[in-house]
Parts: sequence; structure tokens; C-alpha cells
Amino acid sequence: MDEKPEIRPMPRIGDPAPAFEAETTWGHLALEDFKDRWLILFSHPADFTPVCTTEFLAFAEIHKELKDLGVDLLGLSVDSVTAHIAWVRNIEEKFQVKIPFPVLADSDRKVAGLYGMIMPGESKTETSRCVFIIDPRQMLRAMIYYPMSTGRNMAEILRVVKALQTTDQHGVATPANWQPGEMVIVPPPRTVEAAEQRLQQGFECVDWYFCKKKLQ
Amino acid sequence: MACIQPDGTLAPSGEAILLALQTPKTLGEVAQETDLDLFMVRAAMREFLGAGYVEKEGFTYRLTPQGLTALEGSGEAGR
Repeated sequence: MDEKPEIRPMPRIGDPAPAFEAETTWGHLALEDFKDRWLILFSHPADFTPVCTTEFLAFAEIHKELKDLGVDLLGLSVDSVTAHIAWVRNIEEKFQVKIPFPVLADSDRKVAGLYGMIMPGESKTETSRCVFIIDPRQMLRAMIYYPMSTGRNMAEILRVVKALQTTDQHGVATPANWQPGEMVIVPPPRTVEAAEQRLQQGFECVDWYFCKKKLQ
Repeated sequence: MACIQPDGTLAPSGEAILLALQTPKTLGEVAQETDLDLFMVRAAMREFLGAGYVEKEGFTYRLTPQGLTALEGSGEAGR
């Protein structure tokens, strides 16, 4: 009898991040251990591969900046803890970089399944390059997916974290290519009355629905 | 975090956490004193609570007599 593939819903922005517990290079960890801080959960296809190695080096490089922003990192692939340990030790030996975050061993693909990290059209067994940005309330706030052939851009990941934190802190949105320190977008008014007021509120407006302001 | 190793001894991070708990502390205070990540401290505390090495009252964790025994038989405190 043909076995039907299991169909799981993909995670969605604004939903609670799917809970998990798993073995990592730093021992047994659960999603709830990361509450009260931001978390970047990211998957890579396989240990001991060149693109993934460049990414681990790049994540290690931004780790301090992320930590200062209140963000923890957790890597993941379907490799075993032993393979992960061997790989991070190899990175330290060959590149003199200590990997300052845990790596989850998802050999049974449970977490990958929960988060939709496997793209069967690309690989039926390995996880793609997924990035899940989870807030301190453990809600999924952003998801970025890259194909196996393309290493991630750390500047963009940092930019998204800073944009989300700016949104939460100031109740604003951020325009295309926004960088910290630049003007932000004031949420559009919801009523005609508010639209009439908007142009008199001292914002830099193109029209009633398109106003920007500087953050203090 | 594997704070209690398979042979029953404490890992260095576990030992640091129990040392910090010689006076009761919150998770954040333990993280600050040990310079460990908060998620590591939270995971360790789950393990120590299960082993009976620490007890929790409100947001504060304290060492139990079993935790003190484990600490005394291990590394820094045992020397």
C-alpha cells in the first residue's frame, strides 16, 4: 500500500512558535528555555559543508551584537550531536573561531517538521537554510528561507531584528531598506477624522496615508 | 544543559550555578553572576530541580542539602 506523505501546516508569522525539546551541543534544551529574550532559530543542510561553515563563522561574528540586542542563537540540522560537536571543534581548529551558540541535533526531523524546514523539492532529507525570528513571548515574528546554494546575509538578519524591536518599542513600521537611525513610517490613520488630523501632526507627509517621522 | 554528567559529577557550568546558589537567587541573578546565558541557566535549573539539588520559591532558587552535598563532592568546592 502506498504511504501517504504526512501533511503538516507551515508555521505562520504571528503564531506561537511550535514548542520543542531536543538534544543540542549544549545539552537538553527546550524552546521555553529561551523565553523572555529574542531567539533566532536557524537551520542548515549539513555539518562539514562549505556554505554552512561560512554561515556558522558569520553567525559567530554577529553573536555579540545579537546578544547585546537581547537575542539568542540556536542552530539546527538533521545531523547527530556527535557530528555537531566534531564540526564545531573542526571550525575552532581550522578557523580559530569558537561557536558561541548551541546546535540542535534533529536526527528524527521532529523540529524540522514542526517548523517546515525541509523543502522536498530541494531535498527530502536535509533542512534548507531557514531563519525563524521568535520574540520574547515566543511568537513567530519573521521567517526567511534561503536555498541550499545561497549563504545567508547577516546584515539583513540583524536589520530585521532591529526593525522588529523598533516596531515594538515605538509602534511604527519601517520602510524598504530601512536602517536604524532612519525615518520610520507612522501607521496610516484608520478614520477620515484621523486622516484630516494627520497632516497637521508635524510628520513628514507625502499624503495623509504616507507619513514618516524621526524617532527621538 | 547537561549540568549533571553521566557519572553523576557536575559539569563546570553546573558547578558554577550551584556555587552561585549558595545564596538564593533569581534566574537572572544567577545568569549575571555566572556569566552564563539565561536559557542555559533555565535549562540547568530544570535539571537541578528534577535531581532535587535546588528548590524554587516564587522566582527564587535555593540550594538543597542534596545540592550542597553534590557541590562539596565536586571540583572547586570539593578541593
